[in-house]
Amino acid sequence: MAIDILMPALSPTMTEGKLAKWNKKEGDTVSSGDVIAEIETDKATMEVEAVDEGVLGKILVPEGSEGVAVNTPIAILVEQGEAVPDAPSAGSAPVTSSREEPKAAASVAVPAPTPVSEPEKDWGETSEITVREALRDAMAAELRRDPDVFLLGEEVAQYQGAYKVSQGLLEEFGEKRVIDMPITEHGFAGMATGAAMTGLKPIVEFMTMNFSLQAIDHIINSAAKTHYMSGGQISCPIVFRGPNGAAARVGAQHSQCFGSWYAHVPGLKVVAPWSAADAKGLLRAAIRDPNPVVFLENEILYGQKFACPVDEDFILPIGKAKVERQGKDVTIVAFSISVGTALAAAELLAEKGIDAEVINLRTLRPLDTATIVESVKKTSRLVTVEEGWPYAGIGAEVAMQVIEHAFDWLDAPPVRVAGLDVPMPFAANLEKLALPQPDWVVDAVTKIV
Amino acid sequence: MTETNISGQSRPDGAADGRNHPGLTTDQLKQAYYDMLLIRRFEEKAGQLYGMGLIGGFCHLYIGQEAVVVGVQMAQKPGDKVITSYRDHGQMLAAGMDPRGVMAELTGRATGLSHGKGGSMHMFSREKNFYGGHGIVGAQVSLGIGLAFANKYRGTDEVSLTYYGEGASNQGQVYESFNLAALHKLPCVFILENNRYGMGTSVERASASKELWRNGEPWGIPGKQVDGMDVEAVNAAAQEAVAHCRAGKGPYLLEMSTYRYRGHSMSDPAKYRQRTEVDEIRQHRDPIDHVRNLLRTAGVEDAEFKKVEDKVKEIVAEATEFAKTSPEPDPSELFTDVLVGE
Ligand SMILES: Cc1ncc(C[n+]2csc(CCOP(=O)(O)OP(=O)(O)O)c2C)c(N)n1
Ligand SMILES: [Mg+2]
Repeated sequence: MAIDILMPALSPTMTEGKLAKWNKKEGDTVSSGDVIAEIETDKATMEVEAVDEGVLGKILVPEGSEGVAVNTPIAILVEQGEAVPDAPSAGSAPVTSSREEPKAAASVAVPAPTPVSEPEKDWGETSEITVREALRDAMAAELRRDPDVFLLGEEVAQYQGAYKVSQGLLEEFGEKRVIDMPITEHGFAGMATGAAMTGLKPIVEFMTMNFSLQAIDHIINSAAKTHYMSGGQISCPIVFRGPNGAAARVGAQHSQCFGSWYAHVPGLKVVAPWSAADAKGLLRAAIRDPNPVVFLENEILYGQKFACPVDEDFILPIGKAKVERQGKDVTIVAFSISVGTALAAAELLAEKGIDAEVINLRTLRPLDTATIVESVKKTSRLVTVEEGWPYAGIGAEVAMQVIEHAFDWLDAPPVRVAGLDVPMPFAANLEKLALPQPDWVVDAVTKIV
Repeated sequence: MTETNISGQSRPDGAADGRNHPGLTTDQLKQAYYDMLLIRRFEEKAGQLYGMGLIGGFCHLYIGQEAVVVGVQMAQKPGDKVITSYRDHGQMLAAGMDPRGVMAELTGRATGLSHGKGGSMHMFSREKNFYGGHGIVGAQVSLGIGLAFANKYRGTDEVSLTYYGEGASNQGQVYESFNLAALHKLPCVFILENNRYGMGTSVERASASKELWRNGEPWGIPGKQVDGMDVEAVNAAAQEAVAHCRAGKGPYLLEMSTYRYRGHSMSDPAKYRQRTEVDEIRQHRDPIDHVRNLLRTAGVEDAEFKKVEDKVKEIVAEATEFAKTSPEPDPSELFTDVLVGE
């Protein structure tokens, strides 16, 4: 049977090309792999290899022809001894599927907030523990609960954690499940991600999140995208955790907030606890979550004490913010250590007769837009607080959500309070000047109230 | 993988051709021939569909390298896990994944193995223990030791077969992975497919090391250079490497000397090498011709080859038809599978 040889597309962007040269002439035998012609594309000169075998029966497009459209029949291949048809067979045009515009417009990508936020469950009796203990207790509880959970990272086992977060875990769970890693973030983040793809549930501790940059390719390209790229076949239940943001006096390379970086990525969940209860309840939820979760802790908070429920089953839902302080005049949205800054500012504002509501985001992705919007509808004013840089930061996203969902309720433009737009300086006085203080928040609020 | 229906007598082990590795039986060679031919014809068809505009974007063909995956596959047992780069169609067919689903993914259709959301470079099969299909050069090596880690953690004797190119072999994470795998004695066979080029850069211009099979030596990882155009040599080396890993002795490195006939991806004009270099290898070292010759010597007749050829053509034609006529994914697929359970 005669086969049409079509003008091939030889690059993702080629629509037509020049048939520069025929390397075979009519009557020549062609076997698969033979170069039969040369074509000049928009990018380069390419060789066309025969795919089928036979005899070049007829050349339809002579060499030197310019502007030959992709898929035009350029020659006819026949079997040995077969008669050559004069014209290409009908219907040789490729099946092009009609490309419908997806109905989902870009705006749908921003989920509409659920109307009302539910009140938080009361977990009863509490005790005062540090954030450090809360994190350790959360890991211990989940390690006990599920044999597929294990912890790996630099200094997590024998040294008990560079910041002593994994204290006692090696002793209780042994070296199979609490595993010291060499300094090789790219390698061990990839290894843990691969293990998670088989269904294990690794907790990867980065000594600080600054070093997660070595491994960011696996967090984003391997962990966050695989579920989607596999059409839902492969999931990646993994937690990447470690101290995030500014520590104290450690300079630019060790002081940076990655909240906005990771929150940008679909396929990831991003959690940033403030209190010990946040830390414990949310880390347990993160470990149980079937998705990759980036869990952003804060070194300065590790030693701070908070009331934390003692209930053995205590857990918090990812994706729910918490109203830490009720108020009616302005909504202050913060996360991680900035929640403390916001609450301190609220006390100062109270002295001035301004009643601030403070929202602890707890989760940066998915964002609890409902709680924020509900609050702004009450207060009509928004101030965001974060230690990270202002440009394209979490505050920018929160403000945009409010503009999209509660614009008519706003009585003033939203204001963001953020770390200064500079690498973190070392000197004590400069460092202090670079990070949001309660009086920055007070200033921001008094400007719009 | 699908059975061939050609029958035949067994060729004794220990090859009659004087080579220093145990050969495959005639039946095994027939299986290898079938498997390799299926990959070859599938890839030729993929190239053709690309030319017709039915496959878009990148499309990296495995033509010329068929003996590597087929020889290794024959040394595996069920449960062993495989991971590779974007040059992944051969691995998927060898793993027994449905050629129709693979082809339909190449054309971006709803019936593709990733529902049209992965494409040529990103396909997976939990069922067949194939873990992708990865577009970031070298990433699959760290992920691959993770598969091995999981095998060890679960206490199985399954191994991880981790494929990567000689170009990828220069990535830092490959060496991080060597260290981790050796340190934790992970059951990982590193399969370095040295096809001599990483895009347009020859291995000589990219690697100061001339003996890539020795790349794991600082970590005590045994290595071997293997003729990747000879399925029997590949299989013999893979048997040894897999046995080493199964026995709990840690990782093993195989450098497969192979060659890709086509451009790096479909849009590569391949100006960095001489046409004669390609022709020379095609004519004298083609892995499929080699098996055909072995089978001829063992008494297999033309009619049988024709039968295999016809069967393979039929499967590829069916996959092509399926890939052309299946619908594109529904727009609602845009938002599914971003997160588990949502
Ligand atoms: C991290 C990264 N850098 C660069 C690229 C672009 N790229 C894709 S394939 C390739 C060449 C890889 O060659 P090799 O590892 O030898 O594999 P082969 O294509 O020969 O199978 C390059 C540079 C990429 N995909 N990922
Ligand atoms: Mg290569």
